[in-house]
Amino acid sequence: MSAADIIETVQYLTFKLDEEVFALDVAKVREILEYTGITKVPQTPDFMRGVINLRGSVVPVIDLRLKFGMSATERTVNTCIIVVEVELEDETLILGVLADSVQEVIEMEPEQIEAAPHIGTHLNTDFIKGMGKHDNRFIMILDSDKIFTDEELYTVQDVG
Amino acid sequence: MIEQHIVTYREEANELLAELETSLLELEENPTDEELIGRVFRAMHTIKGSGAMFGFDEVAQFTHEVETVFDLVRNGKMTVSKLLLNLTLRARDHIKSLLDASVSGEESDRAEGEAVIAGLKQLVPSSPNEPSPPPVQSQPAPDAEAETLKTWRIRFKPCPEIFLSGTKPLGLINELRELGTCHVVAHTAGVPVLNDMNPELCYIYWDIILTTARGMDAIKDVFIFIEDDCELKVDLIDDGGTGDTDLDYKKLGDILVERGDLSPMEIQKILGLQKRFGELAVAVGAITPDKVQSALVEQQHVKNVRQERATQESTSSIRVPAEKLDLLVNLVGELVTVQAHLSQTAALHGNTDFASIAEEVERLTNDLRDTALNIRMLPIGTTFSKFKRLVRDLSQELGKEIEMETEGAETELDKTVIERLNDPLVHLIRNSIDHGIEMPDVRLAAGKPAQGTVHLGAMHSGDSVLITIRDDGAGLDKEAIRAKAVERGIIAATAELSDKEIYNLIFAPGFSTAAKVTNVSGRGVGMDVVKKAIEGLRGSIDITTAQGTGSTITLKIPLTLAIIESLLVRIGPDYFVMPLSSVEECVELTRDNIEEAHGRHLANVRGAIVPYIPLRDQFSISANRPDIEQIVITNIHGTKVGFVVDSVIGEHQTVIKSLGRMYRDVRGISGATILGDGTVALILDMGLLLQSAEALEQGGVSSAAPM
Repeated sequence: MSAADIIETVQYLTFKLDEEVFALDVAKVREILEYTGITKVPQTPDFMRGVINLRGSVVPVIDLRLKFGMSATERTVNTCIIVVEVELEDETLILGVLADSVQEVIEMEPEQIEAAPHIGTHLNTDFIKGMGKHDNRFIMILDSDKIFTDEELYTVQDVG
Repeated sequence: MIEQHIVTYREEANELLAELETSLLELEENPTDEELIGRVFRAMHTIKGSGAMFGFDEVAQFTHEVETVFDLVRNGKMTVSKLLLNLTLRARDHIKSLLDASVSGEESDRAEGEAVIAGLKQLVPSSPNEPSPPPVQSQPAPDAEAETLKTWRIRFKPCPEIFLSGTKPLGLINELRELGTCHVVAHTAGVPVLNDMNPELCYIYWDIILTTARGMDAIKDVFIFIEDDCELKVDLIDDGGTGDTDLDYKKLGDILVERGDLSPMEIQKILGLQKRFGELAVAVGAITPDKVQSALVEQQHVKNVRQERATQESTSSIRVPAEKLDLLVNLVGELVTVQAHLSQTAALHGNTDFASIAEEVERLTNDLRDTALNIRMLPIGTTFSKFKRLVRDLSQELGKEIEMETEGAETELDKTVIERLNDPLVHLIRNSIDHGIEMPDVRLAAGKPAQGTVHLGAMHSGDSVLITIRDDGAGLDKEAIRAKAVERGIIAATAELSDKEIYNLIFAPGFSTAAKVTNVSGRGVGMDVVKKAIEGLRGSIDITTAQGTGSTITLKIPLTLAIIESLLVRIGPDYFVMPLSSVEECVELTRDNIEEAHGRHLANVRGAIVPYIPLRDQFSISANRPDIEQIVITNIHGTKVGFVVDSVIGEHQTVIKSLGRMYRDVRGISGATILGDGTVALILDMGLLLQSAEALEQGGVSSAAPM
């Protein structure tokens, strides 16, 4: 593999939410955990599932299915928490993302990726960096910096 | 910082010296050029001035002498001569060497300096006006030796006829005693039997071990008048440096050899026998017991001195960056969590050996936790003393006479807490001075002393510290507060409020009692900001006041922000912890009780009516409600409130973890902690929970506004 390839090709971690395949830049992923008990913080939106204990640190977990308008993630044997790092105003935030199952790490060339269409995804395209084609499937590449720095996450409405 | 200034000064001085040199050389060509003379004078003046400022006292003093002479030249009282220029150039070189010596730490050549000065003084035409004493740093430069305590061994062997000259050896030894810690051993071996003794002769000689800050000269001065009538040997045996970290002093044998009482050969010979060296040496007859005794005294003396020094050094404090302490506290926090897990596992296994180890670990962890937290504790006094200045300036500005009293300055609080207390305290004190204490004439008219008092006190109370700001001013005007609150729409005009509730209105957002805005307290920050800051520290604020006699504001601040004692409770599947400091008791709540209260959230606790908040409803937890619930009765700012939970688990050491950015706006939850089994429990902020519950009941009059 030449150096140029490394620069241009990005590795992605793919995971499933319901039947759809999503991908995150591997560089943003810190680790993948098995599903563990999540403590719900009262008076917060549903997609903010709560907090977990990550080796002594309290880490928030969000349910992307709820955020994307699907039904809440049900716990199965394949359910995982993907721990990602997000830069927000000079601060590195650690947070967990629920996934129905984690698939694999794939490499995608820039030419494999197209801009996301504005209709037909049922998703807020602001959060999607692009659509990747891999093995005749479409993979939605998430823009982690946008999703996890979304205003909504940090301005908790009082639902109590 | 200082270090940097010193470097800068040296650079500057070197430049000035270079300039001085050129000026002097030019002056040699044009001895009457006044501008050149001025330049020389100014260069020296600057070197002197900044030198004194940055602690180069020797440079400053020396330069001053030279400058004095040039002042005469400048004023036309002296002419520039070849000799003067030579001396000045020498002086310039000497200044340079003084500067260099301060870098290398070497001793500068004082003789050279004195020679130059003497030479210059000879040049000065005798005048009735002696040059004024140096204005800069008139104290003699401290003798380098004076700084450290050194230990000397003095052997004082007067000649036998010493008494004939009227000298009292005892007096001399007493003089030595005045110099410092002193051990004296008399060598009496030379005293003959009574029959042979001549009472007019001195048969005794002394070894004196002296620890003193004075130098060799001071010691020799004691013997100055009998120098020729005695044998005097002064040796430095401990230079006071920290190089000798070894507490032990030389071996006895070495001391004796050094003193010349024994030769190394003899020592070797004696060491061949296996006995204590001192006894052996005597037994062999090589030396007399008193010599050994004397050497032993020396050994002991120096050991003591070194030990003292070592203790001093070890008890003195060390500076540690705050981050290191934070890291330590974090690690201890994690240890506490692991320990909780260990205890839980041990209890589960029922193995007594395992359980006893777990208990031991628990005890150690608790000690470690206390110690680690204690390291970060600082006395609050440093903050208090800053306020003295504030009070002084403010009272002058406002034309009031105010005295500040402080109490409990030694009370310790976590460093972070103290830092974050500063601004609220400044605000409260400003308030007391501005709004509380009246003008002197008003005070006199009210029969109070003209001088007002602001009392700032701190004291421990359980796991909290109470800080009180008390003034003997006008107190709060209940009606004025009420009127204003109504005017600002904070309360309804018909609202029935207790006195306490009225006073607490001053903490409401958008409330300011000052009729006019002064530049002292009217800075757009209200008491609500103070309250928020105190609550941010998990503390509370309370006010008591009596109109005409003053008000007292009490802040209750937790000792630390890192680890708290708390009560662990459960609601449905979720665990919560409540700070134990505000918990008073737990009572049962049965279905019957609920029915008796006809839907009102009131409990009857030994005849007293206590309102309660069902946390299950507040948090929308849907799990099944048990038949018997528990009410945790708490005391929040003097109000008794119950919080209903499913069950009370017990006390818990809570290591406070931040919930992070995502949850920073959640009201009623102040953080999280990790339980022994690894699950996360949330820390309840009861004060805020009460507020939002009140807000809900009042139909959202002031709905929970985002912070």
